[in-house]
Amino acid sequence: MAVTLTENAAQHVRRSLEKRGRGEGLRLGVRTSGCSGMAYVLEYADQIGAEDYVYESYGVKVLVDPKSLVYLEGTQLDYTREGLNEGFRFNNPNQKESCGCGESFSV
Amino acid sequence: MALLQISEPGQSPLPHERRRAAGIDLGTTNSLIATVRDGHVQVLGDAEGRILLPSVVRFHADGAATIGQAAAEAEVSDPLNTIASVKRLMGRGRAEIGASPYDLSSTDEGPVRLRTVAGEKTPVEVSAHILRALKARAEAYLGGELSGVVITVPAYFDEPQRQATKDAARLAGLPVLRLLNEPTAAAVAYGLDRNPEGLYCVYDLGGGTFDVSLLRLSQGVFEVLATGGDALLGGDDMDAALVRHWMGEGARATSPSETRQLLRAARHARERLSGETEIMIDVPGVFQGLLNRATLEGLIDPLIERTLAPCRRVLKDAGVKVADIHEVVLVGGATRTPRLRERIEGFFRKAPLHDIDPDQVVAIGAARQADLLIGNAGAADMLLLDVIPLSLGLEIMGGLVEKIIPRNSPIPASRAQEFTTYKDGQTALALHVVQGERDLVSDCRSLARFSLRGIPPMVAGAARIRVTFRVDADGLLSVTARELTQGIESEITVKPSFGLSDADIERMLGDSIIHASDDALMRALREQQVEADRMIVAVEAAMAEGADLLMENERTAIERQMVLLQSVKGGTDPQAIRAAIVSLDQASADFAARRMDAGLRKAMTGRSVTEFS
Repeated sequence: MAVTLTENAAQHVRRSLEKRGRGEGLRLGVRTSGCSGMAYVLEYADQIGAEDYVYESYGVKVLVDPKSLVYLEGTQLDYTREGLNEGFRFNNPNQKESCGCGESFSV
Repeated sequence: MALLQISEPGQSPLPHERRRAAGIDLGTTNSLIATVRDGHVQVLGDAEGRILLPSVVRFHADGAATIGQAAAEAEVSDPLNTIASVKRLMGRGRAEIGASPYDLSSTDEGPVRLRTVAGEKTPVEVSAHILRALKARAEAYLGGELSGVVITVPAYFDEPQRQATKDAARLAGLPVLRLLNEPTAAAVAYGLDRNPEGLYCVYDLGGGTFDVSLLRLSQGVFEVLATGGDALLGGDDMDAALVRHWMGEGARATSPSETRQLLRAARHARERLSGETEIMIDVPGVFQGLLNRATLEGLIDPLIERTLAPCRRVLKDAGVKVADIHEVVLVGGATRTPRLRERIEGFFRKAPLHDIDPDQVVAIGAARQADLLIGNAGAADMLLLDVIPLSLGLEIMGGLVEKIIPRNSPIPASRAQEFTTYKDGQTALALHVVQGERDLVSDCRSLARFSLRGIPPMVAGAARIRVTFRVDADGLLSVTARELTQGIESEITVKPSFGLSDADIERMLGDSIIHASDDALMRALREQQVEADRMIVAVEAAMAEGADLLMENERTAIERQMVLLQSVKGGTDPQAIRAAIVSLDQASADFAARRMDAGLRKAMTGRSVTEFS
């Protein structure tokens, strides 16, 4: 099992990183907060921590800290368009339910 | 499940902690507010779920105000205290407004005022009431104060009207992120920014204004190539045409309230005839009769035709053919009329887009833009470029206009030009900022006057004064004048000045084409007149200073030519003035040469030749 990106997501991350001009890769994580218990973290990574798990998808480094990995194992990050909006979506097999707004989730 | 954006390290937003932003379509007939929440655009309704807030405010004797539907219902019973279509009065002076159903205060200075039982109200105050009502909706829905809003305005709004809109927002306690042209907002709502690169046309026929914009999309960036329209044409005019028709059929409206009843019946009739082919009209005691779709179409056809002229002009302005346009977007409730869609399809030779509710599309685009500007949507790839509707320039000698920023320039824009002094020892420069397409100041709109003082005395033409025009993202203008040798500076931000009605903007554009050759002749004439004045001043000064160098027959000749020039310069023939200038120049040439020699000799006296080698 691993944490992966779809080709579409990877392409978008690569472009964003190029535009930003720096960054080792993309950091995925979870933290506790929100109405259903946990919220996703999606950030640029400037440093790779010693404990980070590092995956590579379509040439993009994906970093996950060990604590988050428990909740994210098997997750695929996609980039999609929904109506007027577009952005990243976590397809997480561990997720049991999410709050109405979808910003937080529980496992 | 919400869609996420990548954040900077350590800055992932907490759930439900986004900044609250909203988009507001402050319309002539109806206003509405929309917001982006969890990645979805939501157009917000009132407690009963009604999305459109009639742009109507009713004032009561105790100073309170009723806004929206409840106020609209009193339009008939309390016409003088119930203000509708206030957008048409924004940023205007009394003299610019013709007949009005309201009791307008007669002062000529400043913005127009409406007399109501609650005292005199400015259009800005009335608009602020509408904005407050919308603000309350958004804050109830989002659960807290708004951090910023985007308010849309017609592309044709000039500086005073934009400023008035911002003032209304400030009065309502709304921080304005920016003003956005309505057609541009509509294009964003349709997500045309995801479409193939190319040209898109937005046709917006609202209650009171018509706008047409030509947008070019390239590499995800929208640029407004050209805008046009008619600030006094809309669905209201269709209602008025229908009422006139009924009056011809025997309707009797003897009071303002009866006229309003008829206007309301007309609006309903138009809406119903979008679906049905014949309906019964019944305004008790005023009019009763049948109306079929063909009659309605006959009445509105001339109005639709009036919208096509600006469409043609916009295409011509941008040098574009109908066949080059990818999509046409319809905006505004009046575009629901089936007849109108047919005519648009006929004109553009393609079916227009209309699947987003034409009443909501502008607010949806504004909400999306507000979400981007407040920083919720992450990396903002989208950039909107608007254009200025009329050229901005300065008055120069002879009452001519020097255009600094030409019309249809994308904003924000900043342009500078250098000017100089006209007379020896001139220490101040008056700057007159004007807006318009014509060559003469008197045919343009005066926006502001200010002066630059403290210019060090120099000979005419030696001072270098840089004048910079800046138009910010909201279309507001500031002008700076700076004398470059001493660095003294003077600045003005253009505030509302009243003098020209908005309907005239359309006429001014037309006039600039019709009068192009008159203007060219007038410009040539004024240029020669300015040159003649300059010449006379210079020769007179030289004769006074160098009287000792002047021979008597020379003096007579020069004076004769001077008199001749004085007499022709008031005429209308630039060639004749030119000829007299040349004659005066020739008559004074020898004298001028002797003065120069004398000046040189004076400068060289007492110095050795080597100093000059």
